[in-house]
Amino acid sequence: MDRVAVIQYCLSGITHGSVYAIVAIGFNIIYNTTGIINFAQGEFVIAGAMTAISLSAVVPLPAAIALAVLLTMLLGGLIELVFIRQARDASVLRLIIITIGLSIVIREAMLHIWDEKVRSLPFFTGTDTSTVTLAGAHISTQALWVLGVCAVIVAALTAFYRFTATGRAMRACADNRMAARLCGINERRMVTLSFMLSAGIGALAGCVISPVTQTQYDMGAPLAIKGFTVAVLGGLGNSMAAVAAGLLLGLLEAFTVSQFQVAYKEAVSIVVLLLVLVCRPSGLFARRGIVALGGS
Amino acid sequence: MPEAILETRNLRRFFGGLHAVKDISFRVRPGAIQAVIGPNGAGKTTLFNLIAGTLAPHGGQVLFRGRPITAWKPHAITALGIARTFQTTRLFPHMTVLENVMVGRHPRTRSGFLAGMLNLPRTWCEDRQIEESAHAILEDLGLAACAGETASNLPFGRQRLVEFARALATEPSLLLLDEPAAGLNIYETKEVASLIARIRDRGITCLVVEHDMSLVMDISDDVMVLDQGQKIAEGPPRAIQRNPEVIRIYLGDGHAQSPEP
Amino acid sequence: MRRRRYLPILAGVIFVIALQAVLSAVGATYYMTQVTMSAYYALVVIGLCLLMGYAGQVSLGHAGFFAIGGYTSAVLTTCNLIAWRESPWVCGCRMLGLVVERQDLYGATLLSFAPWPALMAALVVAGLVAFLIGVPILRLRGHYLAMASLGFGLIIYRIVLGTPLFGQADGVSNVPPFRLAGGLQINGRPAFRVQNYYLAWAAVLASMVLAVNLVHSRVGRALRSIHQNEEAAHSLGVDTYRYKLAVLVLSALLAAAGGVLLTHYNGSIGPSEVTVMKSVRYVAIVAVGGMANLWGAMVMGVVLNFLSLRGVFGTYDDAVFGLILIAMMLFAPEGLLRADWWRTALSRFRRARHA
Repeated sequence: MDRVAVIQYCLSGITHGSVYAIVAIGFNIIYNTTGIINFAQGEFVIAGAMTAISLSAVVPLPAAIALAVLLTMLLGGLIELVFIRQARDASVLRLIIITIGLSIVIREAMLHIWDEKVRSLPFFTGTDTSTVTLAGAHISTQALWVLGVCAVIVAALTAFYRFTATGRAMRACADNRMAARLCGINERRMVTLSFMLSAGIGALAGCVISPVTQTQYDMGAPLAIKGFTVAVLGGLGNSMAAVAAGLLLGLLEAFTVSQFQVAYKEAVSIVVLLLVLVCRPSGLFARRGIVALGGS
Repeated sequence: MPEAILETRNLRRFFGGLHAVKDISFRVRPGAIQAVIGPNGAGKTTLFNLIAGTLAPHGGQVLFRGRPITAWKPHAITALGIARTFQTTRLFPHMTVLENVMVGRHPRTRSGFLAGMLNLPRTWCEDRQIEESAHAILEDLGLAACAGETASNLPFGRQRLVEFARALATEPSLLLLDEPAAGLNIYETKEVASLIARIRDRGITCLVVEHDMSLVMDISDDVMVLDQGQKIAEGPPRAIQRNPEVIRIYLGDGHAQSPEP
Repeated sequence: MRRRRYLPILAGVIFVIALQAVLSAVGATYYMTQVTMSAYYALVVIGLCLLMGYAGQVSLGHAGFFAIGGYTSAVLTTCNLIAWRESPWVCGCRMLGLVVERQDLYGATLLSFAPWPALMAALVVAGLVAFLIGVPILRLRGHYLAMASLGFGLIIYRIVLGTPLFGQADGVSNVPPFRLAGGLQINGRPAFRVQNYYLAWAAVLASMVLAVNLVHSRVGRALRSIHQNEEAAHSLGVDTYRYKLAVLVLSALLAAAGGVLLTHYNGSIGPSEVTVMKSVRYVAIVAVGGMANLWGAMVMGVVLNFLSLRGVFGTYDDAVFGLILIAMMLFAPEGLLRADWWRTALSRFRRARHA
């Protein structure tokens, strides 16, 4: 394979990988505050994209995206208030099963609202053929948008956690819920906020990748599994590592496609997931000796 | 001294940077009641966990009747004859008292999956024996009346007794009791004390972690004192009571000089 | 007192016979087809109930074991070894009766494995896979185990979808009927409807007898103890790891058996039997029937699958199971058909009336 092709595959890999990383960060945010794995994470991504697609018919694209993100955040908050909060004393496993049920229901709702047609948002700038040349390889402008938006999301989240009071409160909750409560932090509100935040960044990622991969009602589940694989690969709860892990998975997938059949692309993430769970459940970047034994 | 039924040599266990248990070596006389006391955080429960196999030591050995059993799995250790109770009762909440005790018969019985599924005559026999011996143990401890009760419905003191019964059902030669009197009132504590004495009289050695000094002084034959993961004294109860080191770690420096009359 | 556990079996037998009589009398024997299929699905549910309700382990990939059973048997009974008829292996198998001749639709002669050896092979494969998966994964706890089982189910799905041997998207069809002794055969054609109805129920009730026996035995108590407090069970001499592995293998065998029998009944198997939704359905059914309630799970397995097969849920099929999962986990985590749940509800109602 010549150099240009390699760069092409790498770029494709990190483009998709950054979306996986955002989904993984969504998992981590909720996991950190509640210990739950939110299976409906993938559905947030698709719901956001679908909503934006419908809205873009009536309002200009930026407004459609902003509104879609907002609406998905509301969905996330609603889910937490109605379902998760009800079952607070339940075991973590029961809550996970609830999120599985939720992901199914949301997906079926999307099917009935938007049917099974494949749709997509228009390209943010230019058309599907506009490219930028980088070291001899052509990269679509939309891919640049994906990388840019994901980088901004990560930077914004880091700033949020480090510099704002709410962000610090969420970190406190993640660290030690009882102590946070004793400090006057309303940890229930933090939980709702974490769901809203996860939903929001998922929706945004969904919107920006939509022109590249198209959007269909049932793409949520495979995305959730890849996102979870990335989260575990980096170490559950560790969002910085999730970024690296996401790029890694994206590159692995691109490599697989370049060497083997496209059909095996989907298998890559599952194999990685099983390998990580069996060999190193604490993730690639965890310190030794910290073995995850269930939820928080 | 007759061969120790239990011996540890330089047992060591860390948690992060903390030495929970540091170089503990001691021996337990067969047929005795040995108490392990010490302030909170002294490493008593960790020591139990190391002996019972729930935790693996980071150094040192555990020997049962001269055989090394270091880092064996808990079920294998129970099959050998060491049973334990827990600091917080760990009954099976949705099973009846009788069923809880019947699980205790597990290491002494044999029917497996196939025999269970096919319900062979020899399985019936064994099941009946299990039920009868469980009943007998409950009667012995005065719990026969609540045999059919769901375990989680019992008052706390009774739950403690059921845990005793369950551990006794495994036919141990050594019983590890982790704070058996925790949460009990004076009368219940006295009941527990006489129960432990009765168990000892049947030839079962008892190793007891306890905070309640009256119980310790009443029934123990030997006492070992731990502080911050290390053994600082051992001997008969009266001697321990007078030991200045022991007094110091419990009551602080000002009292170290005043001996017990 | 020992006999009491078999009373529901007796009730079951009576109900099954009565149902058949009614349906035949009314001329609605076509319902029997869906009931038969639902019965085979119930085999999977029984196994999953033992795993989830009694041993307390969650499996989100049990459809994978169903598929392993069904596909193995399908491939073995539809493969054509005619090109290798001279090889010593094939000759040996023919002599042992493992490989038989049959005619295909066009009258040509085929050489394939007979259904009984195919069933045995399917069970062995399923059991082996369950063992190999279980060894590393049963060391994990909580959500890691759930995700690993999900991954397992997905891998199986990808394998059958991507491999030509398994028919890819079309699956394997033309699976021959399963000839049992004495002229009985597992066959989906209308002429065999009543016979197959009873065969399916015989399989289910036989499995229930074994499962009920197991649950009331020493092993059953050990399993329940593992579920309710694993550390205490371990310290009482129960080898928790080995038991969890054994239950996983047992539940896999049951699922695979269901897969084999249903494949021969339908005459085919496709990738739709291995989707995540299928696995989730099985979990939902066990949740509704009662996690530790074999009878509840079995009944729910038959009822819900029957309703689904008859299309009662329409396009909302998946959504219904999703909602069931949510509702059960929120409101009745021990299931709906628990005897003591009804007893408490009833006593509360009585108390309210007398208050």
